[in-house]
Amino acid sequence: MNELSRRNFLLRTGTGLSAAWITANWPALLSAATHAHDAAKAATPPKFEFFTPEEAVEVEAITARIIPTDETPGAREAGVVYFIDHGLVTFGADDQKAYREGLPELQARVKEIFASASKFSGLTAEQQDAVLHSFDEGGPTARRAFRARPGAQNFFDTVRLHTIQGFLIDPEFGGNRDAIGWKVIGREREHIFQAPFGYYDKDYPGWQSAAKEADKT
Amino acid sequence: MTVDQPKYKTSDEVDFVIVGSGAAGGILAKELSTNGFRVVVLEQGPYLTEADFTHNEIEILALDKLTNHPKLQPTTVRKTPDEKAKPQRALVYGRCVGGTSVHFTANFWRFHEIDFNERSKVGPIAGANLVDWPITYADLEPYYTKVEWEIGVSGLAGASPFDPPRSKPYPMPPLPVKSSGVIFERAARKLGWHPYPAPMAILSQARAGRSACVNCGFCLGFGCEVGAKSSSLVAAIRVAERTGRCEIRPNSYVHRIETDANGRATGAVYFDEKRNTHLQKAKAVVVCANGAETPRLLLLSANKQFPNGLANSSGIVGKNLMFNSGGVVTGQFEHPLNDYKGYAVSRVLHDFYELDPQKVGFCGGGGLDARFDFTPISFAFGGLPPGTPRWGKDFKAALAQDFNRTMEIFCHGTSLPVENNSFSLDPDLKDAWGLPALRLTYKDHPDDLKLGNWLFGRANELFDAAGATKKWSFPPGEQQFGVHLLGTCRMGNDPKTSVINPDHRTHDVKNLFLCDGSSLVTSGRGQPTMTIEALAFRAADRITALAKRGEISA
Repeated sequence: MNELSRRNFLLRTGTGLSAAWITANWPALLSAATHAHDAAKAATPPKFEFFTPEEAVEVEAITARIIPTDETPGAREAGVVYFIDHGLVTFGADDQKAYREGLPELQARVKEIFASASKFSGLTAEQQDAVLHSFDEGGPTARRAFRARPGAQNFFDTVRLHTIQGFLIDPEFGGNRDAIGWKVIGREREHIFQAPFGYYDKDYPGWQSAAKEADKT
Repeated sequence: MTVDQPKYKTSDEVDFVIVGSGAAGGILAKELSTNGFRVVVLEQGPYLTEADFTHNEIEILALDKLTNHPKLQPTTVRKTPDEKAKPQRALVYGRCVGGTSVHFTANFWRFHEIDFNERSKVGPIAGANLVDWPITYADLEPYYTKVEWEIGVSGLAGASPFDPPRSKPYPMPPLPVKSSGVIFERAARKLGWHPYPAPMAILSQARAGRSACVNCGFCLGFGCEVGAKSSSLVAAIRVAERTGRCEIRPNSYVHRIETDANGRATGAVYFDEKRNTHLQKAKAVVVCANGAETPRLLLLSANKQFPNGLANSSGIVGKNLMFNSGGVVTGQFEHPLNDYKGYAVSRVLHDFYELDPQKVGFCGGGGLDARFDFTPISFAFGGLPPGTPRWGKDFKAALAQDFNRTMEIFCHGTSLPVENNSFSLDPDLKDAWGLPALRLTYKDHPDDLKLGNWLFGRANELFDAAGATKKWSFPPGEQQFGVHLLGTCRMGNDPKTSVINPDHRTHDVKNLFLCDGSSLVTSGRGQPTMTIEALAFRAADRITALAKRGEISA
């Protein structure tokens, strides 16, 4: 659902939305919608903006080990490499260096570990994992912070960060093609929701005061 | 949305210049302009509106579209005054029109009576600078009610037996309960506790031209694209603009309060977007820049007459900083909660708001809430149990299994005021404008850590009673980072031990007022914004009365 259809959707459903609010905000909504619509169209570019086609194959192969394709789709099907490529010439330009230096290093590491191989994408899945493990410095799961603000420490961390972002971001913003990532984690794509939301609130009888509870027992 | 605003010249001496447009600044702008005064609000951040409030997790969370930027505004951190502070992110606050109220969780608890008179009740606490407020809960009650009705709070009066007295019910019923809330409510009742529908500054019904919440799920950290979250932006700034007497001037970074030979404030000096310097003249200055930037601005305004910084004859500007203690216990359940739908918090309990220090061995208290405040990307980095693989098939499987089955119990508690805990000017590091950066000095009072551990015990009991399939937490540690920025220009009657009087007027400069988290004398039990806003409504009344009696310009 692109920005335009999302706004239309909001209008059509009218769930809790004040018509007066929509009227008052329509010019701003329309302007944002047009902008996002253009951005969405540009978000899956026909050709790469930062990577060479060869580099893109290597990067996509890494993303496919971070979020592999198994019974359900993975980073490859979600078009994560396109998200990364576009990101590196827009909001993520600061990370260009990590890829410029990291890809040759990857190449070298592949040759170091598997003397007969030349490209990461040419290795088996097990071999690829072995190469990536040699990059992954690991460390404990991040503590819960006010907001999870992952800090990428090295090339592998950077690709891991971008892969997860590209897999799970709202599809309006150039990744998570067809909301594949959201399907995998069980998130519905709808823009707005109504209660009941889940298993435990679906049969909630409504608020009863503690005094009433006490009467029953 | 464009609203016709007056455009004042900087040389035009307006009645009030307000520094900051957040929870307090927005309300003061609304009240003072409604009361007939000419007001200029200087906001360092941009003027964003609903059209800018997307669900783009990268732009909003990772790139700080709504918040202070660590590259432009670096900070340093240390634990004690004898250490050299190291560059590290110390805080997050809203940096846009509406301030932090644009992106907050919107938990709107009133403070209780104990928060105003705890020192009298419990006596002195070693290592803490705990004092009573110069005002009481009863003084503030009418203004809490004002916040609920004028800014917009959903809730159920009388649902918590621990609630302080109130003069009016909430204007709107609570928001719909989430699965996390039902799990929390059922388990808490089994334990004999008193869960209740969380009071939230989010509309459950359309009101004042604003939409009700549509449960989009991008709430904490995000701006609300339908105006349902009761930010200063939608609930106060727009009212101020409609008076025709209030100009909101975004991208205006105030870095000095100017004073004259008589020691009176003459206006606020700021950088515009192109870094040109201006002085906006005003009859009085009201600083609402938050508990970090307000003391920083006073310290940056030092001059020959005020060598320790403006309004700092007490020497305590920036000190007694309180962050609120606590942390999160996370649990998983068998069936999908789908808690990604909707706002963050639907149930709260306050059974532990007032604990007996003789019994528990520490001073303070807290509240627990049931929440899910993750969005998909933030969940992948912060919502999985410790030990989960960081990538690969098992990582993906964990995401797929856990995203819908996870909830959190957030433990919120007291931070005791400690004089060494402070925001000050870093002697070396500068921000992108060449001004001294903020330096955080913070070491939690031992009681705060004991309280955090004690509350974690209750949260674990609750998850056990609820039948969680898995639960985990990281024990509360010493804090090095804050989002609640409280107590740094505290209110009091004695100019030697406080910065502002109960009218929010600084003891030292008669036409300089401060109102925001810095005004707080105690930290409450974890949710300060409701009290900051009630103080702002009250401050507006006091300042208006002073102005009408001619006691500000004289």
